[in-house]
Amino acid sequence: MRSYYTWVILKRELSSYFATPIAYVFIVIFLFLSGIFTFYLGNFFARSQADLSPFFNFHPWLYLFLIPALAMRLWAEERKSGTIELLLTLPVTVAEAVVGKFLAAWVFTGIALALTFPIWLTVNYLGKPDNSVILAGYLGSWLMAGGFLAIGSCISALTKNQVIAFVITVVVCLAFILSGFPLVLDFFSGWAPQWLVETISSFSFLTHFNAIGKGIIDIRDLIYFLTLMAFWLFATAILIEMKKAD
Amino acid sequence: METKVEIRNLCKHFGSLVAVDDISFQVNRGEVLGFLGPNGAGKSTTMKMITGFLTPTAGTVTLDGYDIIQQPLAVKQRLGYLPEGAPAYPDMTPAAFLEFVAQIRGLQGADKQRRIGEVVTRVNLSSVLQQPIDTLSKGFKRRVGLAQAILHDPEVLVLDEPTDGLDPNQKHEVRALIKAMAKEKVIILSTHILEEVHAVCTRAIVIANGKIVADGTPAELEAKSHYHNAVTLTVSATAHQATEIRPALLKLSGVAKLELLQEDATHLSYLILPKSDRLIVAEVSQCARENHWKVEELHVEKGRLDEVFRTLTTH
Ligand SMILES: Nc1ncnc2c1ncn2[C@@H]1O[C@H](COP(=O)(O)OP(=O)(O)O)[C@@H](O)[C@H]1O
Ligand SMILES: [Mg+2]
Repeated sequence: MRSYYTWVILKRELSSYFATPIAYVFIVIFLFLSGIFTFYLGNFFARSQADLSPFFNFHPWLYLFLIPALAMRLWAEERKSGTIELLLTLPVTVAEAVVGKFLAAWVFTGIALALTFPIWLTVNYLGKPDNSVILAGYLGSWLMAGGFLAIGSCISALTKNQVIAFVITVVVCLAFILSGFPLVLDFFSGWAPQWLVETISSFSFLTHFNAIGKGIIDIRDLIYFLTLMAFWLFATAILIEMKKAD
Repeated sequence: METKVEIRNLCKHFGSLVAVDDISFQVNRGEVLGFLGPNGAGKSTTMKMITGFLTPTAGTVTLDGYDIIQQPLAVKQRLGYLPEGAPAYPDMTPAAFLEFVAQIRGLQGADKQRRIGEVVTRVNLSSVLQQPIDTLSKGFKRRVGLAQAILHDPEVLVLDEPTDGLDPNQKHEVRALIKAMAKEKVIILSTHILEEVHAVCTRAIVIANGKIVADGTPAELEAKSHYHNAVTLTVSATAHQATEIRPALLKLSGVAKLELLQEDATHLSYLILPKSDRLIVAEVSQCARENHWKVEELHVEKGRLDEVFRTLTTH
């Protein structure tokens, strides 16, 4: 994979987010919901603790609906407008196109995430939080967004229809969240062997996201997210290669 | 002569449908190859395989010796492609879109700006450079697609219905552009408009149901027509003279058949069809002279492509 070509595709893709209302709508909704969840539902002030856990705790649920909306257009849109034929007859490989488009979306979620900085300023103004934990929380959140996006990229490669892409992505992402949910794990731990429960839990976004969010960045959690993204992007490339003209 | 593009035994199946069925041909520099055929004949599918978008079920495509499956990037670098319908990113402006394509094509700095400038002038895009592509008229969209395809001055141009949906002026412009580039390139274009073949192509391949049914210069194709070397004759005469004129013409040794074009009070007009491959214009004009007909029009037909096209592509 040649980084120059990936970079050119990334730039085009990212600038097209900002050429349409998508970027602004996404960012405004993301910031608005982050605010509501943190300050209102998360009892940010009542807890009177100087950290951002109410903010980060809602991210999996926020991403569950926002990220598939972003990811659904990645390939479905290229198919619908016919530009996939243009893109893939330019001298770029499918892998470069897949990674370039994915990175654009991931960078974009990074921008949205960075724009929540007023919340970070607030907590620093109000108390003395451990900023390294907050930074780890941001990193975990961004990695999780990448995981959601890679899943969405793959599913969007399957269909021309963005609504279908959205719905299926939500369902798959939900499975990846729920497999780490205490309620689900309790259900299994009643009868299933311990190793199975641990395997299920180890596949979950939540397990790894919460682990990073505690401020201890374990290499295994990083590897989890990076492998997950690599796997789904690999699957995207194969799917595009197989059914680019359908 | 050097062979630029070589297509050998190309096939494409979609499930049980055979869209392209064992097509082979070669195209050299300087040729403008018109790909003719009714809708669904397999023109676009063939072009998608030449440009590396579709993988052939069987067969090979090579360009300058590079195989599209083995060395796709080498082929794609040398090729410009206008897909059917000229797709382009709708939310981008032509300026941003051409900038993107130029970067992907590896153009940089002053060279890039110069090429973009040249191409924009060439296809007449300067008035809409900053307008989102989805707000552009069909003609401008097609020009954006053409600009994108010729931006890197490729050796081989593949154009899928480059003039489809354009008005007559725009068609003329696009054809002029193609002709101007023809000398130093290989150009393969598809069309179902026959006049286009006359206007720009040096060679035409007719395909039907995925198979090549004719391959030759436009003149060679016309020669397959029943009307090839037929003679149109119009004489100034009254209708009752027709009874003398018709048998006189039919008596000529090279004449096979007479088609009535017009018979009214002042004019008689016939299309005279020759027996196979005979040139009958001399006979006809001599007959007219001997009988003292007042000839108003006498000319030889080259043949009718539309008729050839219909016979070749229907059965
Ligand atoms: N992706 C596809 N899947 C299934 N059938 C296809 C596909 N693309 C084209 N076809 C079929 O292949 C045949 C040839 O189509 P095409 O090459 O587009 O014809 P043309 O460009 O000559 O009008 C048609 O019958 C068409 O329906
Ligand atoms: Mg077609």
